[in-house]
Amino acid sequence: MRYLPLSDADRGAMLARIGVDSIDALFADIPAEMRLDGLVDLPRRKGEMEVERLLARMAGRNLTAGAAPFFVGAGAYRHHVPATVDHLIQRSEFLTSYTPYQPEIAQGTLQYLYEFQTQVAALTGMEVANASMYDGSTACGEAVLMAHRVTRRRKAVLSGGLHPHYAEVVRTLSRMASDDVVTLAPDVTASEDLLASIDDSVSCVVVQTPDVFGNLRDLTAIGEKCRAHGALLVAVFTEAVSLGLVTPPGAMGADIVVGEGQSIGNALNFGGPYVGLFAARAKHVRQMPGRLCGETVDAEGRRGFVLTLSTREQHIRRDKATSNICTNSGLCSLAFTIHMTLLGQAGLKRLARVNHANAVKLADMLAGVPGVDVLNATFFNEFTLRLRRPAAEVVEALAGKGVLAGVPYSRLDPGAGLDDLLLVASTEINTDDDRAALVAGLKEVL
Amino acid sequence: MAETRYTKDHEYIRVDGDTGTVGITDFAQSQLGDVVFVELPAVGKTVAKGDEAAVVESVKAASELYAPVSGEVVEVNGALTDAPATVNEDPKGHGWFLKLKLKDPSELQGLMTEDQYNDYVANL
Amino acid sequence: MLNRQGRPTAAADASGSGRATFTGNRALLQSEALLFEIGRLDTTGVDIDEPEPFTPRLGGLERKGDIGLPGLSEPEAMRHYVRLSQQNYGIDTGLFPLGSCTMKHNPRLNERVARLPGFADVHPLQPVSTVQGALEAMDQLGRWLLELTGMEAVALSPKAGAHGELCGMMAIKAAIEAKGEGATRKVVLVPESAHGTNPATAALIGFEVKAVPAREDGTVDVESVRAMAGPDVAAIMLTNPNTLGLFERDIVDIARILHAAGAYFYCDGANFNAIVGKARPGDLGVDAMHINLHKTFSTPHGGGGPGSGPVVLSPRLAPFAPLPFLTREGGTLGLVEMARDHAGERPFGRLTAFHGQMGMFVRALAYMLSHGADGMKQASEDAVLNANYVRACLSDLLSLPFGDRPCMHEVLFDDTWLKGTGVTTLDFAKAMIDEGYHPMTVYFPLVVHGAMLVEPTESESRASLDLFIATLRDLALSATSGDTERFTGAPYLAPRRRLDETRAARSPVLRWTPPEPVSEAAE
Repeated sequence: MRYLPLSDADRGAMLARIGVDSIDALFADIPAEMRLDGLVDLPRRKGEMEVERLLARMAGRNLTAGAAPFFVGAGAYRHHVPATVDHLIQRSEFLTSYTPYQPEIAQGTLQYLYEFQTQVAALTGMEVANASMYDGSTACGEAVLMAHRVTRRRKAVLSGGLHPHYAEVVRTLSRMASDDVVTLAPDVTASEDLLASIDDSVSCVVVQTPDVFGNLRDLTAIGEKCRAHGALLVAVFTEAVSLGLVTPPGAMGADIVVGEGQSIGNALNFGGPYVGLFAARAKHVRQMPGRLCGETVDAEGRRGFVLTLSTREQHIRRDKATSNICTNSGLCSLAFTIHMTLLGQAGLKRLARVNHANAVKLADMLAGVPGVDVLNATFFNEFTLRLRRPAAEVVEALAGKGVLAGVPYSRLDPGAGLDDLLLVASTEINTDDDRAALVAGLKEVL
Repeated sequence: MAETRYTKDHEYIRVDGDTGTVGITDFAQSQLGDVVFVELPAVGKTVAKGDEAAVVESVKAASELYAPVSGEVVEVNGALTDAPATVNEDPKGHGWFLKLKLKDPSELQGLMTEDQYNDYVANL
Repeated sequence: MLNRQGRPTAAADASGSGRATFTGNRALLQSEALLFEIGRLDTTGVDIDEPEPFTPRLGGLERKGDIGLPGLSEPEAMRHYVRLSQQNYGIDTGLFPLGSCTMKHNPRLNERVARLPGFADVHPLQPVSTVQGALEAMDQLGRWLLELTGMEAVALSPKAGAHGELCGMMAIKAAIEAKGEGATRKVVLVPESAHGTNPATAALIGFEVKAVPAREDGTVDVESVRAMAGPDVAAIMLTNPNTLGLFERDIVDIARILHAAGAYFYCDGANFNAIVGKARPGDLGVDAMHINLHKTFSTPHGGGGPGSGPVVLSPRLAPFAPLPFLTREGGTLGLVEMARDHAGERPFGRLTAFHGQMGMFVRALAYMLSHGADGMKQASEDAVLNANYVRACLSDLLSLPFGDRPCMHEVLFDDTWLKGTGVTTLDFAKAMIDEGYHPMTVYFPLVVHGAMLVEPTESESRASLDLFIATLRDLALSATSGDTERFTGAPYLAPRRRLDETRAARSPVLRWTPPEPVSEAAE
């Protein structure tokens, strides 16, 4: 087996050195009747060529985003990722290193995490950010738990514009922890009255902007009312590129900002791995979940970085930890920070403008298609259509024509009675040909 | 004259009238290492003997300070928040954590005297 | 109250780092400033054309002013990150004996196939008719995991080991509530040697954690479990092989006791790599176990993630598996993403958006296909053999807290042998850095004083192990013969000397901020 360096001669000599006569002697603690004698019922080893062929065949059965006019979003977005990013994250010293528990030989990881934290804080307009979470949805769940710790209350209010998967993650956690959750009805046009649900019993209000329907939301009034009632405003985003063009939650009074960082530096990957971004006001830092990297000096006075405030974490605090989280999304946060460094604010702003321009262009074209209504007054790079046929059927029909038209809202929230809604995203990857193909396809199938 | 009593968890309480000043012993601070953070209770909180009253953190450990006796927290040493090192430098002086208004002074009888505590530490 | 680990955290004294250079660089090792010190706000390394003029639809919510994100041109960015990478130690650099973390070789074939556009460039919400190959990869991974563990069902979505623990414990909680025992079964038994994630997970969803004592030999005391297993107990969380590197030899009895008491058996599968192909958790009586694909099945650790923590479930827990899950009708795979009215399904909810760590699934599947049933069994045997070889070759110098008996994939030493030397476990670990090794896991598990947990993995050759053993022997003899400075000041030769963690924690600096402008009028 190509991954195993020991020869049979090595094995024999090593067993002799250990002082046992067979490898099974080392497994003697496994109850004899539970030991497997032969092999499990699975295929035998395969060469590299064979494995690659098998997996390439599976991969070949998927319609790839790059092979079709592509308008799918709803929490994951296809952007162009510079070749430099994927090259750098595959460097051995990044790819095959561990959590930086020995900081003297992990300054590479620690310094990029410190830079990542600074970038995320700047992007969201917040004071501090952690070294990443699993993804946006789990970051959202953790934000609610953190708000409960800070406020010592246990009731969250979820906006009807929150991504249904995110809402379901929060509800699952809350149900299990016996916390309260109020979920507002799906709010297609950002017209819900969140202010009415804020009172002295509420720990936090969770609002997404751009929301799942694409609407932009001004959070200022919600933030003010939260403050007046001792509640926290948790702002959520699923499209990080939007922050290059849209007022950041930190400037609208958010106390915690969480979001999905996938769209910067990371491929679609059929849903993961992604990278959760988590930022907060500095005064709450000791209630934050996840790893934090901080600056310090070494024994010779040179600047260096370490994981810090570790006493919040499970490996020290155990059942009193702020979260059970252990890993972060190391390599995905590296991809994020490299792409962000390549962009800089100059590139990010321009990228965001191109996204918005493409979406505006597409929305205007679609508005002219019979049987299509564009529902958004505002949006960044994603908006909602009302179709005269169930959106799931339309998407399926268009997929048959090689066009990936978007996400039927009913797929995310089947019971909502909103089967005619289609979420359509448009990023910098879309060309005039793509847009024309979507318009023509819709005209045909509607 | 103030009298100081000790717990097996290395807290001290220095009693003056019906109020006791609580902190951790010199032995405790030396075992903890550099204190980096102290979490103090709210003034007005009532605690029972043995309840977690505060948390003291070093870089790699978080430890609870348990109330040596029952009572109400009447004052906390807010200066520790900005200068946690005081716990290391002067645990029985400026490094105190909180003051308790004793609920039942007889609980003190169950605690160690200074001599008893010194013996206890010597045998650890 | 006490820091029983005795771990020093202050920086060591400076001395002996050799000849100074003008730049601070050391030949191939280049120091690198922060991005914020070398980047410029008007620089970008990505060429994008401005869009044609258009009317924005931002409703007045346009971001104004600087964001504070400097950019670098492509060559500058390349150099910045390459130099940073050179300050890291990885598996490809050398032996990485980090106990409990399983730092085995990461095959690059796995990286290649995970990047096939058919896997990497596919959106999780595309119509399922367009992603049959992706679903097939997930389905096949699930089948391999079930066959290797002897379990009934698998939940693929958990994003890491701790997330998998949460998944398994939520399934247990849901099963208990379905039986109407939610109000009474509140206790979860956890041995003191457990990973910190175990008690943290149990506490997170409202369970009360009770510690189970260990016996003299480091394994769980089955009599204590018997005494504790009452109608108030929901589950035990047990790592097997445990964190001391020992197989819990009474595991079958423990499972029977818990089942008889109406409770469940959660197994922390972090150390499954020791027994793949040798024993199946399902046969042992496990009800739920997470599998760290990034440990047992070699997906890269990536400097701390991404992980992936699928959970296998027994028949008793299978109905409660979370959303989403796969279905198969004829030759077509489907995906159940939201709760539906369907006989036998009682999903407890959803743990994450979308379907899990697909990129890790593909890598793990490539690993499994490459090894096959025979290769995976051999890998487990080699991992155990390597750990025992290290034990046998060091047991005369280092102290073994539970006696000189066979271990599984990792061997645990304590610091008894260092007593009186003035050298701590941490010092010893730091001296290993100077010798070119990543240290073993230190100060974990907590039940052993000055723990040193060594996991060489099956990826090491005998020659590599011999060199490692010789190095540790040299260091050990040096420590016990009074050469303390080699240890207390170490590392001398790493990119940084020991870092002041106290300072970092007392006044946290968690982000770069622009330096205060220098006032010219200052006197």
